[in-house]
Amino acid sequence: MNPMQRKKDRIDKLAEQAAGASADVPDAGKVADTGGVSLIASAWRRLRRNPVFLVGLAVTVLFVLIAIFAPLLAPHNGQTGYLLNQVTPNDPVPGGQDGFPLGADGQTGRDLLSRLILGSRQTLIVGVCATLAGLAGGVVLGTLAGAFGGWVDTVVMRLVDVMLSLPSLLLAISVATLFGRPSQWTLIVAISVVQVPIFARLLRGSMLAQRASDHVLAARALGVKRGPITFRHMLPNSLGPVLVQATLVLATSIIDAAALSFLGLGNPDDSSPEWGQMLGKAQDYFDVAPRLAFWPAACIVVVAFGFTLMGESLREALDPKTRR
Amino acid sequence: MAVTKPTAAVVLIAASALTLSACASSKRSDNNASGGAKGNTNATLNFGAAGAPATLDPFYASDGETFRVSRQIFQGLTGFKPGTAEVAPALATSWTPSSDGKTWTFKLKTGVKFTDGTPFNADAVCKNFKRMDSQNAAGQQASEYWLTNMGGYNGAKGELYQGCTAKDDATVEIKIARPTSKFPALLGLPAFSMQSPTALDKYKANDIKAQGEGFVYPAYANAHPVGTGPMKFQSYDKTNKTVTLVRNDDYAGDEKPTIAKLVFQIIPDETARKQALSAGTIDGYDLPNPVDWPSLKKDDNLEIRPAFNILYLGLNSQVDPNLKDLKVRQALYYAINRDQLVKSLLPSGASVATQFMPKTVAGYNDSLQPYKYDPAKAKQLLSEAGKSGMSITLWYPTEVTRPYMPAPDKIFNAIKANWEAVGIKVTPKPLPWAGGYVTQTQNGKASAYLMGWTGDYDTPDNFLGSFFSDPKGQMSVGAYPWGAKFVKDLADADSMVDESARTAKYEQINKQVMEQYLPGLPISSSPPAIVFSKKVTGVTPSPLTDEHLWTAKVDK
Amino acid sequence: MLRYILRRLLQAVLVMFVLSLLLFAWLRSLPGGPVDAMLGERATPENRAAMRKTLGLDDPLPVQYLRFLDNAVHGNFGTSTGVQSGTDAFSLFWQRLPATVELSVFAIIIALVTAIPLGYFAAKRHGGLLDTGSVVLSLIGVAVPVFFLGFVLKYFFSIEWNLLPPTGRQSADLNATRVTNFYVLDGLLTREYDASWDAIKHLILPAIALATIPFAIIFRITRASVLDVLGEDYVRTAEAKGLSRRVIRGRHVLRNAMLPVVTTIGLQVGGLLTGAVLTETVFAFPGLGDALATAFTTRDYPVLQVLILMAALGYVIVNLLVDLAYAVIDPRVRTR
Repeated sequence: MNPMQRKKDRIDKLAEQAAGASADVPDAGKVADTGGVSLIASAWRRLRRNPVFLVGLAVTVLFVLIAIFAPLLAPHNGQTGYLLNQVTPNDPVPGGQDGFPLGADGQTGRDLLSRLILGSRQTLIVGVCATLAGLAGGVVLGTLAGAFGGWVDTVVMRLVDVMLSLPSLLLAISVATLFGRPSQWTLIVAISVVQVPIFARLLRGSMLAQRASDHVLAARALGVKRGPITFRHMLPNSLGPVLVQATLVLATSIIDAAALSFLGLGNPDDSSPEWGQMLGKAQDYFDVAPRLAFWPAACIVVVAFGFTLMGESLREALDPKTRR
Repeated sequence: MAVTKPTAAVVLIAASALTLSACASSKRSDNNASGGAKGNTNATLNFGAAGAPATLDPFYASDGETFRVSRQIFQGLTGFKPGTAEVAPALATSWTPSSDGKTWTFKLKTGVKFTDGTPFNADAVCKNFKRMDSQNAAGQQASEYWLTNMGGYNGAKGELYQGCTAKDDATVEIKIARPTSKFPALLGLPAFSMQSPTALDKYKANDIKAQGEGFVYPAYANAHPVGTGPMKFQSYDKTNKTVTLVRNDDYAGDEKPTIAKLVFQIIPDETARKQALSAGTIDGYDLPNPVDWPSLKKDDNLEIRPAFNILYLGLNSQVDPNLKDLKVRQALYYAINRDQLVKSLLPSGASVATQFMPKTVAGYNDSLQPYKYDPAKAKQLLSEAGKSGMSITLWYPTEVTRPYMPAPDKIFNAIKANWEAVGIKVTPKPLPWAGGYVTQTQNGKASAYLMGWTGDYDTPDNFLGSFFSDPKGQMSVGAYPWGAKFVKDLADADSMVDESARTAKYEQINKQVMEQYLPGLPISSSPPAIVFSKKVTGVTPSPLTDEHLWTAKVDK
Repeated sequence: MLRYILRRLLQAVLVMFVLSLLLFAWLRSLPGGPVDAMLGERATPENRAAMRKTLGLDDPLPVQYLRFLDNAVHGNFGTSTGVQSGTDAFSLFWQRLPATVELSVFAIIIALVTAIPLGYFAAKRHGGLLDTGSVVLSLIGVAVPVFFLGFVLKYFFSIEWNLLPPTGRQSADLNATRVTNFYVLDGLLTREYDASWDAIKHLILPAIALATIPFAIIFRITRASVLDVLGEDYVRTAEAKGLSRRVIRGRHVLRNAMLPVVTTIGLQVGGLLTGAVLTETVFAFPGLGDALATAFTTRDYPVLQVLILMAALGYVIVNLLVDLAYAVIDPRVRTR
């Protein structure tokens, strides 16, 4: 079967799940909470006891905490070449020593451990910004298509199809190249562009499914205008699967950032470190000091693993099928 | 069980494979047979190249990857003494200029044949020059080296080359429009190699076309290069990215080839080349990353070339008026800790530059001392100029490494930190090398930028002339009050016939440039390296990257 | 029906046209370009400008685009300036395609033979050590950046243990005969079995690196799907009937569980080209991905255009065929 069709189907399915689920939480006043549990509450009840989710949550929370308090945790700042006087042509990367347990990074004599800790913040910023930008683009397109339908829908979805038709990293690479002058922001845009069609399709599917659902029909019968219906009813009810997707996308964003850096398309300015960039630039030192590649790689793997665990268990929890 | 369907499929595939194999037969040639006669010279050298050769005809090339292949296949009238940039006899055994320096008479080596059997003689030399001079519109753009060095085609106004006459079979007279220091050294460049006139004609070597935004090369440049060199072209396997050369058993030069086969494997990624060497799939590669030098010295055979390049920081006062003041330019220079930069970011053997050329070039002024790192003096100069706390945009390239600049971003960071320490605000401007950096800096659009140069041959003009002979060029020297005189001095020096007077003149110019003009800041010269595995010896590293790979001795 | 097909064809042509226009305009509005990549620091601004003029790169964009379309209609998609100077960009695509196809097929095979059995047994022993272990493994597989994995594989298998070659597609000294440019197949066809074996050895490491993501996804789908099927009524019925385990496994569980797996494999094929850019760079494997990476750094516009457009065209064609097949099977689609 056609791969692209599958890609679309997969996204649509996720959207339907949410729309189906949202029927459970109509205007709460009408259906009294007679044993019927809201989706979120029931999901949380199951998640609380799911070790997979808890591990993912722990990794993620730890990562976010480190990122927030990075300047307090890092023993040194990330820019000063403390060990620069030890850098010589014969020993370009000074090793671990008192006060600098992981040694220096590259030929610049900066403290690797501090840069790893500080890097968590930049990594989080890149991941979150890329996801948010992708989400924003997706929300705009998806809402347009889902709320209006008709020719707006056709035009928007053709555009989305063109974007989906390119392999994702290829699209990111193209966009990164197209900026001409690489920076942290071009990197973020390049990664987020890939996410736009996914979010757009997801939202549109879930909104289409809701257009025929009871609470929307009821609101329309009561004479509520299209705008309020879209923003008060349809959009909030579509956010479940979008958030799940966002969690998963955060992980891929961080990995994609590393890939772009490896290809030389990342942010060339390394004054504020980021793990993907550190890993991409470490390729020059792969033989001399493999630890320069190992540590950022390990950090990326752990964090991506955490986000994926959390996202996957959220997806399962929200899936009505597994609620049996 | 559902075994029947897969079984049927397997049978079908096997059957169709058998049918196909009936029409596909092995065309393998046993090419080890040819080299058997000469004892232990049966060896193959596998060399890792960073890129595919752009063309097999060096005349249309301007890149090192192409020239490395050409240098094994072709010879020029002149050549270079192995391991130096000194001009040495090659296909011409001697040469004498007329007293006005405009007519050069070359005595040719006799009894030399191209590998297709065509004799090499005065007639062949003149046919080569005629061929190079008579280019069509596309060829005039593709033959970058002729254009830059000869200045035109078909007798155009200002063209350096004026004609070639065969005096007798072994004597050739070449006329040039004006005396210049680069003659005859430039005839040793691979671009001006002697190629077989028969093959040039037969495979329509001059039929180059500009089509579809690129150059479409004729059959000659694609598959039929013929020279007099120690190796000859065998095949270019484009799907496997390998170029194979085999020994020319009739090579007439002094250094006979000691290998039977030379294979270039194209491996674009630097780390991948190093790993291929460690694993033994290649026997050597060019320009190893300086970071790897210590480990390569230990496990392999690292050959370090004499430094024949210069890294400089270009300044353009037309873009940033602050730079009009000599004191500001000097302050920027004093503020850079070049000793530290050379020690931490450049390979061992790199040195701080005192002028716009490396030590070995004639015209290098030994008396010049480097601007010592002196942040206090830099601050003082800045305040004298009334520019304390000034800001500057510093450009640096990405997606590139150059022999003179192994890690552009790190060099940028070091300079930025130094400048910030004396209170200058630095705005970074990274641009991809081919994504605007080269055009913008060379067109004089960058205020301060990292750039460099590797010498083509040993003349001062090849360095100073490249940077400053165009008054509107990269550093806009014409805009300074002393600019016009400077440009004229350079042109005069280049056309001086007497070598010692010329050298003295260049030494004086170098002194002026560094003490009175300072249009840019020379940073350093770095020795590039070439590396072979422990079992390969016998290749002399050359400052011009003119390595004779055919002299390699490969131990089994 | 005919009208429907025509409309779809028209739409497909339109999508390609729009994409080519966007790509063309975008690439050329960037600073720098192929001339910089070719000449580097070794040319005066005048020479640089003259070369741009000769190559037609300084004409106004619409003129350039019309010329491109005119050439494209005549089967000429431009000449490479960086990846393989002087080669027609379209021929370059065909030269490099077999390498990438060979690599992708190997990667998919590796992913299948590991992921399906592992997924099946993980589901059978749901919650057991094997299950948990392989789930964690598959999640980590997705999280490791492909190029890093490539370096690590090379470090151990090529340098430390010297088992497999680190780079390239085939040893040059084999002097193998080329027929189809699928090296493994060529060796079989010409009975140069050593050439085939050599090509396979070159394929193993890059294929493993490329297979990690498809492996993880196929594993998860297989596991989930087998779990689903094991809970279905007909399997319970079969068990109740006392059918042998072998029969249940073969006839009921595997066959039904494979449906979603097969569709997932289709989904993964598209992602392989993306992975190939990284894998082929790391292993200097001369395929499309390697060409694409070089084309980016050398600003080789014609090659970039052909490679990206061909990737998109592949998707558009498959899409179109599937939609047409649907239209034939399901008359309701036609009226939509």
